[in-house]
Amino acid sequence: MIPPALVLATAFGYLLLLFAIAAFGDRRAAQGRSIIANPWIYALSWGVYCTGWTYFGSVERAVSGGVWFLPIYLGPMLAMFLAWIVVRKMVRIARTYRITSIADFIASRYGKSPLLAALVTVITVVGVLPYIALQLKAASAAYEVLAIGQGAERAAVWWADGTFYVALMLAAFSIVFGTRHLDLSERHEGLVAAVAFESAVKLIAFLAVGIFVTWGLFDGMGDLWRRAQELPELADLMRLDAQGPGSFGHTQWFAMTALAMLAVLLLPRQFQVMVVECTDENHIRRAAWLFPLYLLLINVFVLPVAVGGILIFGQGGADPETFVLALPMSQGATALALVVYIGGLSAVTGMLIVETIAIATMICNDLVMPALLRRKGFAARSSGDLTRLLLNIRRAAILFLLMLGYLYFRIAGAGHALVSIGLISFAAVAQFAPALFGGMYWRGGTRAGALAGMLGGALVWAYTLMLPSVAGAGWLPAGFLQAPFGLSFLAPEALFGLHGFDPLTHSLFWSMLVNISLYVGVSLAGAQSARDASQALLFVDVFRSTGAEPIFWRGRASIGDLRGLAVRLLGTDRAEALFRDHARETGLPADALTPDARLVDRIERQIAGAVGTASARVMVASVAQEEPLTIDDVVQILEEASQVRIYARELEEKSRKLEAATAELRALNEELKSLDQLKDDFMSSVTHELRTPLTSIRALAELMHDTPDIDPEERAEFIRIIVSESERLGRLVNQVLDLAKIEAGMAEWTSAEVDMRALAGDALRATAELFREKGALVRAHLPDEVPTVRSDADRLMQVLMNLLSNAAKFVPDTGGRVDLILRRHGNWLELRVQDNGPGVPPADRAAIFDKFRQAGEVASRPPGTGLGLPISREIVNNLGGEMWLEHQPDGGACFAFRLPIEQGGST
Amino acid sequence: MTARVLIADDEPNIVLSLQFMLKREGYEVLVARDGTEALETIRREMPRLVLLDGMMPGLSGFEVCEAVRADPALEGVRILMLTAKGRETDIARGTGAGVDDYVTKPFSTRELMARIRGMLA
Amino acid sequence: MRRGRRKDRPVLIALVCAGFMVFNFPLMLVWDQRASLFGLPMLPLMLFAIWAGLIGLLALVSERGARRDAPDGKPHVDENGSRDEGGGPR
Repeated sequence: MIPPALVLATAFGYLLLLFAIAAFGDRRAAQGRSIIANPWIYALSWGVYCTGWTYFGSVERAVSGGVWFLPIYLGPMLAMFLAWIVVRKMVRIARTYRITSIADFIASRYGKSPLLAALVTVITVVGVLPYIALQLKAASAAYEVLAIGQGAERAAVWWADGTFYVALMLAAFSIVFGTRHLDLSERHEGLVAAVAFESAVKLIAFLAVGIFVTWGLFDGMGDLWRRAQELPELADLMRLDAQGPGSFGHTQWFAMTALAMLAVLLLPRQFQVMVVECTDENHIRRAAWLFPLYLLLINVFVLPVAVGGILIFGQGGADPETFVLALPMSQGATALALVVYIGGLSAVTGMLIVETIAIATMICNDLVMPALLRRKGFAARSSGDLTRLLLNIRRAAILFLLMLGYLYFRIAGAGHALVSIGLISFAAVAQFAPALFGGMYWRGGTRAGALAGMLGGALVWAYTLMLPSVAGAGWLPAGFLQAPFGLSFLAPEALFGLHGFDPLTHSLFWSMLVNISLYVGVSLAGAQSARDASQALLFVDVFRSTGAEPIFWRGRASIGDLRGLAVRLLGTDRAEALFRDHARETGLPADALTPDARLVDRIERQIAGAVGTASARVMVASVAQEEPLTIDDVVQILEEASQVRIYARELEEKSRKLEAATAELRALNEELKSLDQLKDDFMSSVTHELRTPLTSIRALAELMHDTPDIDPEERAEFIRIIVSESERLGRLVNQVLDLAKIEAGMAEWTSAEVDMRALAGDALRATAELFREKGALVRAHLPDEVPTVRSDADRLMQVLMNLLSNAAKFVPDTGGRVDLILRRHGNWLELRVQDNGPGVPPADRAAIFDKFRQAGEVASRPPGTGLGLPISREIVNNLGGEMWLEHQPDGGACFAFRLPIEQGGST
Repeated sequence: MTARVLIADDEPNIVLSLQFMLKREGYEVLVARDGTEALETIRREMPRLVLLDGMMPGLSGFEVCEAVRADPALEGVRILMLTAKGRETDIARGTGAGVDDYVTKPFSTRELMARIRGMLA
Repeated sequence: MRRGRRKDRPVLIALVCAGFMVFNFPLMLVWDQRASLFGLPMLPLMLFAIWAGLIGLLALVSERGARRDAPDGKPHVDENGSRDEGGGPR
């Protein structure tokens, strides 16, 4: 035994730690540096699914039924496949309309019906009570094993019962925990941080005891199984029909899987952590597979612990629900037992905190507030801050829930196993499924259908499952379960003589049959109200909503009333921020806001975050003169919205087109400008190139004319210069005209089979004199035979001459060398002229083919018009080829061009 | 004492004609082939007059002119710009740079000589 | 982005159907043998193995979808892909 004081101190210390984590989480959230805004923490918080039921109950279930503990976790696995589709839609809807609970969600979908919200709340409270009782039972049992010892007698009266005080303590803890803030915002970051931490703790603790049993007490899983096989009752435990040959109820297996699949989405605490506390819907993706992984890990050691417990204690030697504690205790591993106890405490408190807070919010928003609001003048009279009142209602609700749970535990719980209690709750929340999922995907579901279906399903559930579970308390006449009122066909566990099912499957079948039939039948039979239809559209098409969202509200309100309402429920700061935001978005000054539908809708949504959509609807209606919404109004508003949407899309389309056109125009303008600039540059270059020789000619001629006694030698020199400058002038004029003609496409081209080999020879002969003057060596590398090209021989000659004379100009005065290389390269005939001159400086390479660009320093460059290369390239381009400059490693220049060889041409 | 005149131009034939013309009139003639050389020669030889080509490699005529005007030691140097571009922008630029006079190419030798004489008077 | 979601949806729905099949009667009877696999009872071992496999598949689909939808998840561009290998003119 561990001294009770130590157990209590450990538990208390752990709860304090949780407070610290929650406080830290809240502080970080306030600073905008959320610690829960990542998929890992988010997924861990989903682990609140694993409660005391998992922690203590799974082993019990495994001891009695082998793998039968698994469907409760396989269901969520299957549900998680749909998380990205279904949970994301729930998150989007909840986020958009500031929905804070499952009651709110369903009520909001069906025209914000307060009645529906109340019904969901009542079903939840009644349905989840056994679940809360279960946690209390687990907590007290764990405490007893640790501090009192197995098999201690339960006190007969409540004031002597430890469980009562456990419940009180947990209530106090939940109250302090969940309603610390006056702020009624729907999110509780600190709470989620603490819950995620608890999930980690319970997983680690369970793995620890699993490892202790498997490898500490035994020699691994193989050893456990070997020993188990020696006991016949254990050997069969690993079969489906563990409860006797042919006992496998596959319908029950299916029912439990499906039930767990629904419960993981519908339990109030799961809705809270998955939907309400979701910080980023993209986190759902990772959480969807992390969560089943978590479930797998926490279940891996269930069978080994169960088998190990039976092997050590013998069948019936100890309560299997406390194996996880009893096994370490029996081996004297008290430290481990304490760790396991903390893990169990995590499982219990995590569930209780989130569940009671979620349900307390529902009780407050959907049961108490509507009742208060119905009292005449409540909304108008209470001018003060409502937040404190709301908070106190929630605190009272938490206490009320836990006390009710304790009551159930006293009446019914003690006799039942943890798992069967939990399943009763699962079956209760499953009644929400038709209305909730139907409402998300079927526009036709109506408020009346949802009410009828849920009410019918819940009544069947209560009669067939809840009632038998409390029947043991002795409130019902003996034999009631077999034949109530003497009518055997009304037997709760065999309705209309339906035998052969276990009670759970039986109840699930009947309740779902009634629920779905009524939901669909009544929905189809009755007409949908306007508000119902409008909400259906908003829910089903939540992903389709664009900027122009329809707002289904018609009426008049005053800014003052709206502001007063907002301040009372949101506090002055948030209310003012709301009006500021609205002013900014509408572009109006804050003091000139109009109380239009958009503002009313905005305020209603914000208030909904605090008091629920149904109550928010009532409160807004109380301060505004509303016109009743008709179906015609809905249609008209929708049309307006879609009209706005169409306009917006058209406008967007037009502005995009306009933008494209503007960009095109701008580009065109730039092009024109640069063309203009090019033309200017060309003109000024031509002018310069023309004026230079003209200047020399005129000056020299004038000087000769004015100097009759000029030296004859000088006269001869002058005349030679005049002649050569005249030639230069003529050449320039010809080239400018030539280029202009080619560029304008006016040049005349001949076409004939050209033998480039012969042409290259001719060009070399024609320029031989140039090279001889420079003392340069020319080498021709011509293949013996090349295919002819269809081209213009004269123009090609011009190009060749140009390239060769260019090379001749740039080779050094001594040791000059020029190579002319002709070769075939695929379908191209390539010709290159390489020299060993200075080459083209890198800076000039890009512009070498531009007009009037001569590379290198002007002082050292030989005379030339600067048009040779541009003309050559124009010619080659016009002949279907390409010309380029190649960099030579040894520094010289290499101009090359290539011409296409026509396929099928003669070789 | 004969005036010293610097010809700064990169076109050898123009230099030749100007050289002939000035020598015939009895001036002492210096020649520079680019802007950098021209500025060096001006600083070294302090010519009375510079016949400056507007477009030269290295420093352009305008840049040479600006450098001369920025140097107080070269205050007495007169500059006559010879520019192939007769466009208004060039003239404005030349005036801004501190050119004393300008003549566009191709020029009349008689007119040019008259301007030179006027500037050296 | 929308394209990716549309593609994930049928895959996920197919997976949930497959999950229902493998975790239910009658497919489960296949594993319900009085036999040992790797020294462990066959039925629980297979259930856990299938479970782990399904988690793996779900993780694969989810993470692939998340990567595809990521704002910076640009398609990889082969930098050499567009270069002409013919050694053409420059």
